[in-house]
This record gives sequence, C-alpha cells and structure tokens, in this order.
Amino acid sequence: MSHATTNKATAPADRPAPEVDRRPLARRRRNRILLQVGCILITLFMALPIYLIALSATSSRAALQEFPLSFIPNNFSLETMQTFLQSTGILGGLINSVQVGIFTLLLSLIIGVPAGYAVARFAFPGRDPYQLFLLFTRALPIVVLSVPLAQLFLQTGLYDSVLAVVLLHTALALPTTILITSSVFLGVPRDVEEAARIFGCSPVQAFLKVVMPMAIPGIAAASIFTFVMSWNEVLGASILTLNQRTLPAQVLSSLAESPLAYRFAGGFLLVIPALIFIFFMRRYLTNMWGSTIR
Amino acid sequence: MLLIAPSIVFMTLLFGWPMVSGILQAFGGPEGLTTANFTRMAQDPYFWSSVGNTLLLIVVMIPIQFVLALAMALLIRAKPRGSSVYFYIWAIPLAVSDLAAGLVWLTVFTDRGYLNSVLASVGLEPVSWLAYDNYASMFMAVLIAEVWRATSLVFVIVVAGLQSIPKDYEEAAGVFGAGFWDRLWHVTLPLLRPSLQTALILRTILAFQTFAVALALTGQNFPLVVGETYRWYTGLQDANVASALALVVMAVSMVTAVGYLKLLKDQSEAPR
Repeated sequence: MSHATTNKATAPADRPAPEVDRRPLARRRRNRILLQVGCILITLFMALPIYLIALSATSSRAALQEFPLSFIPNNFSLETMQTFLQSTGILGGLINSVQVGIFTLLLSLIIGVPAGYAVARFAFPGRDPYQLFLLFTRALPIVVLSVPLAQLFLQTGLYDSVLAVVLLHTALALPTTILITSSVFLGVPRDVEEAARIFGCSPVQAFLKVVMPMAIPGIAAASIFTFVMSWNEVLGASILTLNQRTLPAQVLSSLAESPLAYRFAGGFLLVIPALIFIFFMRRYLTNMWGSTIR
Repeated sequence: MLLIAPSIVFMTLLFGWPMVSGILQAFGGPEGLTTANFTRMAQDPYFWSSVGNTLLLIVVMIPIQFVLALAMALLIRAKPRGSSVYFYIWAIPLAVSDLAAGLVWLTVFTDRGYLNSVLASVGLEPVSWLAYDNYASMFMAVLIAEVWRATSLVFVIVVAGLQSIPKDYEEAAGVFGAGFWDRLWHVTLPLLRPSLQTALILRTILAFQTFAVALALTGQNFPLVVGETYRWYTGLQDANVASALALVVMAVSMVTAVGYLKLLKDQSEAPR
C-alpha cells in the first residue's frame, strides 16, 4: 500500500541549506506501524479463541468452576482431557473418525485421480456437462443426501457402519478431489509425458513414472483436504450412525446432557487437527482455492 | 472414458438415487403422495423462526465477512513483517468445523466464561449472553462465531485472486494520482470480481448449511433450518418431514446459486 507514497515534496531551491524533507519517511513509517497494528488485531481475533479453548481444556475441573476465570495457564492439568477421553463413545468415536477419514481419502483418490486426469488431458465427448455436473453436486447440501441415504442404508444393512459414512463422505469429497487433481495435472506439461512416450514408455508407465511424481504434492494437498472435510463433517455422520459414531457426531449427540468441561475438551480435540493440517497446507491453500473453484 | 466411468457411476449412485428417493420421501405418506409433510413442517413452531434466523444470519454475516476478508487480504499483500505467520493463523479456522467453532466460542460466551470474566474484573455485571430471552446477544454470539470460522475461506480465495492480478495496474493508477481508495475501488475490486463471485456463491451455499454453531452455543434457543432437519430426524424420528426440510434447503441453495450465476454472467459481459 505504501509503495505509491512517493517523495513528491522537493525542497524549494532558494533556501541556502535545504532541510531534508522527512515527512514521506515519517508517513512510510506510520503506514508500516498501522499495518502491523491491523495485522495484530486480526491475529488476536483469530488466535485468542483457540488459545482460550486450549486453556479451558487443559484446566482442572476445579479451575473451570472459578469465577472470574484466569486468562493465564496457572493450573495446568490433564484431568479434563482425561475425563473426556474416558467418557463413553469418545475413544471409539476417535477411532471411527480416523478410519472414516483415511478410507474416504483412499476411495476418493482411487476414483477421483483418474477422472481428474481425464478432465485435464482429454477432450472427451460430454466433458462440459460432466464438469457442470461436478459443480452442481458440490453445491448440493449434505442434508439432502443424508436423510434418504440413511433409509437406503437401513434397507441394505449398511446403516450405522464406518462404510456408510465413508460412502457419504466420498460422495461429498469427490467433486473437489476431481477438480483439484485435474488442475494439478494441468500444471504438469504435456510435453514431458510425450517425451516419456517417445523414449518407450507405455501410457500407463508414462503416467506412473513421469506424471505422478510431479503431481504428488498437489494430490497430497487434495487428500489432506479430503481428510479434514471428513473429520469435520458432522450432520451426515450423525444421521447415518447410531452406535458407530464419529467423534464430532458423538460430541454433538451428547451435547445437551454433558458438562461444560466435556464440551470444551471435545471442542479442543476437534480443533487440534486443524492446527496441524493448515500448518502443512499453508503453501497450497491459495493454489487450491484460487484455481479450482471457477 | 474408462477413466471417468467409476466416478460417474459412484456419483449417480450416491447423488442421483438418494435425491430421487428423497423427493419421494418428502411427498410420501401412509396413503400415497401428499403434501402433509410440508404442512407439518410449516406448522412446527420452530420452523419459521429457523427460516428467519437463517436468513438474518446470512444477510448480516456475508457483508461483514467480505469486508473483513478483503481487508485481511490487502494487509497480507502489503507484506508486513511476519506475514507468513499471520497467514497461517488467519487460515486456521478454515479447517475448523462449525461444531468445533461453536464449542470454541462457548468458552467465551458461556455464563461463567471468559467474556463475563473480563466484565467482572472491570467491575461490570456479568450478562447471560446465551439466554433464551436475550435474542440480540444470542444472535451476536452465533454471528461472531460464524464470522470467525468462515471468513478464512473468503480470505484465502481473495488472496489467491489478488496474486493473479499484476501489480502494474495499480502502480499505473498510482502514477496517475489515484489515492488508495480510488485504486481499491476502480482497479483492484473490478479485477477481483471473478474471485469475489466464486467466494460469494460458495460462502452463501455453505452458510445455509450452518447449524452446529448455533446448537453448540445456544442449544435449541436459536434454531437454524438445517438444525431443524437434524432435530426432526434424530429427535422426532420423522424422516418424511426431515426430507421435506432438506428439500427446502436444497431449493433455496439452488435458487441462490443460479441467481448469483445469472448475476455473474451479466457482469462478465463487461470488459474486465
């Protein structure tokens, strides 16, 4: 913002020893300071709640009963987290969530990567309707799918299983996976692939040995995104399951009758993956969102 | 063709089929097709307040989020010291679910939470922010939690959009004497239009699906439409009314998306 505040003021020529005009410099410094102030304010808004839930989740039950609450971590204890993890359904929910996330990731890669490659490379008939179809499914609310799928799964015996949630989450993640992988493959020059073919690779070999290694980072980002989506999805998971809850579904269903400490611990556990995933994905975020949605 | 076949089969099975059966279910009853489910839905005391809450939330929230996200993106583009750390922290809520966001802000707004602790330590009366009779503060709590959670998405899209705009345009405008606001309004924003439209569509559709934030913060006191679907299905065990509600959500989302797309098409005729 400050790059255009050029030094317009020039010292008048008739004075014997022209003083250096410091105003632009001062303005530049003021802009820098304002910039930092703005950034710090927004950072406080974004980070403070996370700090507070971490603080709540690592305070003892007694400390949570105090009022006013202390903003400084002066009585660290794992009591709240431990009690939460030992509550019914939490550990199972955690395991289910991880399972669902990993299977969703694998399934959507197996189905999505070939489709993404096809969209990026071949002008097959019906390519535009296919892409429109993908966009349409992205816009479809989860509720619309969950309720009928629950009935369907009840009839087929899939209801209340990890697989049921995996299928729903894969359906939700697949459009995004296809769009992201196709943009990743678009970034791999066609020439490289053709060169590999000329040197005697079969199409499959060229894909596996040349294209895949170049596309791996982007595909990894896409799969992390899938995992996060599955980890966070709560409505469909709670509608499709009864005993085999995922973690968010378990927390949601026991929300009303649980003590505050339980909710804080649950919230913190749900936030932790976000901290890790965004840390690893931060370089890819703008690429993914910038190029894929349009 | 072989490559996309699995995805088509999968999507048809898991999208097409449930959608058709969902529509049938919404109109289904003990004796053939009926609109009784919709009548029951509309007669539920929570229904209209949930519709009102959802719309009010969206109308207030979206402008705040876009202004905030734009400001954040411009701050990041000015490359302050430590901008990569800022970017990381500002993007974290992107991966936080709405249930988790509700629980995070519960620590702040609950009766003996951090906000009231601050009030008490400066000698003010604590307020029960999430109480049933305190609609305004309840709405504010849900609004702040949603702004906190979902602004990151808009922010990342706008940052990506800004990266694709060469700085030359703005510098040229600056050379010709355009001030900061002029450059923002006449140069940057028009160039950002595609990103902003994408973000707008995505954000609005997602906003219709918000429900766990309100559930975590206020329980049943601040109903939202999708939360009602959840209640009809799990609490009241009525899949037909739940389907009817789901259809309403879908119809509204579709109408909004198409409306935005029309807008997008009209404006992209203009040279950018």
